Amino acid sequence: MLKINNVTMKFGGVVAVNNFNATVEDGAIVGLIGPNGAGKTTIFNMVTGVYKPTQGSITYSKDTKDYDVSKMRPDQIAKIGLCRTFQNIRLFKDMTVLENVVIGNHLRLKSNIFSATLRFPGYVKQEREFYKKSEYLLQKVGLYDVRNELSESLPYGKQRRLEIARALATEPDVLLLDEPAAGMNPQETKELMHFISEIKKEFNLTIFLIEHHMDVVMGICEKIFVLDHGVLIAEGNPKEIQGDPKVIEAYLGVD
Amino acid sequence: MKNKKLVYSIATLAVVILVLIVLDQTLDAYKLRIVNLCAIYIILAVSMNLINGFTGLFSLGHAGFMAVGAYTTAILTMSPAMKAQNFYMKPMIPFLENVQLGFLPAIIIAGLVTAFFALLIGAPVLKLTDDYLAIATLGFAEIIRIVLINTQSISNGALGLKGIPNHATTAWTWGLAIAAVVLISLLITSSYGKALNAIKEDEIAAKSMGINIFKHKLMSFIIGAFFAGIGGGLLGSQLGTIDPTLFKFTFTFNILLIVVLGGMGSIMGSVISAIIVTISMEALRFLDESINLGFVVIKGVPGMRMVVFSLILMLVVIFKKDSGFKKNLALMVKKYAKNK
Repeated sequence: MLKINNVTMKFGGVVAVNNFNATVEDGAIVGLIGPNGAGKTTIFNMVTGVYKPTQGSITYSKDTKDYDVSKMRPDQIAKIGLCRTFQNIRLFKDMTVLENVVIGNHLRLKSNIFSATLRFPGYVKQEREFYKKSEYLLQKVGLYDVRNELSESLPYGKQRRLEIARALATEPDVLLLDEPAAGMNPQETKELMHFISEIKKEFNLTIFLIEHHMDVVMGICEKIFVLDHGVLIAEGNPKEIQGDPKVIEAYLGVD
Repeated sequence: MKNKKLVYSIATLAVVILVLIVLDQTLDAYKLRIVNLCAIYIILAVSMNLINGFTGLFSLGHAGFMAVGAYTTAILTMSPAMKAQNFYMKPMIPFLENVQLGFLPAIIIAGLVTAFFALLIGAPVLKLTDDYLAIATLGFAEIIRIVLINTQSISNGALGLKGIPNHATTAWTWGLAIAAVVLISLLITSSYGKALNAIKEDEIAAKSMGINIFKHKLMSFIIGAFFAGIGGGLLGSQLGTIDPTLFKFTFTFNILLIVVLGGMGSIMGSVISAIIVTISMEALRFLDESINLGFVVIKGVPGMRMVVFSLILMLVVIFKKDSGFKKNLALMVKKYAKNK
């Protein structure tokens, strides 16, 4: 369970997120929406350790253990099972599709740098498993055929799916998706929704996503948080959100 | 396919060793020295490429690492009598004066001592990026040099060390160069090498994928320094005499030149470029002397070689950014293979 408690993030005088509270239950699909500049990605950056919140705390409980995420580094957070994708795709451009996914496995490597360099049997065995798993993940996201292409050469939609495959390789419990449907046409968006529910089931994931496409959010999320100017203005299931006057005001404005 | 590659590598290695044996038997002492110098520059270039090319750290501390390695090797291999002769201004610390080891343990200890220095400097400095890191590592190399000048009872100060036993035979220099190339190649093709590459390409993505950036950078820095120390030790052993002025910033620049010419992030490029640059440094010596063209005599300007080299470097940087040429070539070959 991921708990965000009274979190505030200030950049100089600008308050990007103000006193935000949210709980993401295990196994849920939770959405975070809001107009541009509302502070959604800032919240993701705090949950994944890229920013340290100015105030408040973020805790993650797993197997009866509590972690204070707001005090951890991004790589430590990834290790305990929170992994993300990026709004402005951040793939390793000079590497092949397969290599991108293999790197996602690196944090589970048990061998140290010497046994890896000297190719001790334990390392060789684990590396082979990494490749097998990565190929399986690429099959899952439908990129197996292009596994030897440079990641840069893929079209936009496939790059997004590759980012998800790379994140899945880290064996996350919570997957944070930052605008997974950005730049996709309605058909692709529909496929993406289906795909998200599918990987959630197969890998037993909790999904926390930021999205602008209302059809995606309303279609798959069980719970939605609405953010405007850094403040939480509504939370609830899709039906409640759609009828909330504050949300309508934030999106459409009032006379 | 993997086996084929392995057979290929072993065959290449066998040919290289055979050629070296032949060269070792046939060449005169002066030419053999240049051949061995190539091996030393290979070690230095490959180690710098690991730090700068593969990990993307803009480090300019190589001369400092080499100095540490060269002095450690020299102190550990020189005989007590030789040391007593050197240290006439101020006697050496007795413990260091009496120690004398074989070449192999000495050069490995030199590598380890250099790696330890890299750990000391890397821990605070690797939080910096780009040009800040360059300035900090450059400062480190200068500090090492100034310390060497002032620690009279350890390094003999500005007088330097003379009469270092020459162990830089073809077997040692090339043996260690091949070991360095093989080990660093294995490192960069392992999972750790991929992680280093990931850090170079996108630090934020790399750390979000669970890669401990600082730890990986430090490992790369330390391993690079280890080999730089070994290269420095070999160099001192070949020259027979070292002093602090040898390890000025310009030395780092020479290695950087080799790495850039060969292509950042290309081991084979560094190897070939090290050989070409070392040989041309000697072959182009005529540029420093006066040239008689028959009708006109060009007066010799010492340092003309370096001007030519700098020009070549500029041209390479302008026309071959980021070894894009090599990438294009690789893509072409791949396409060709596919069509076949």
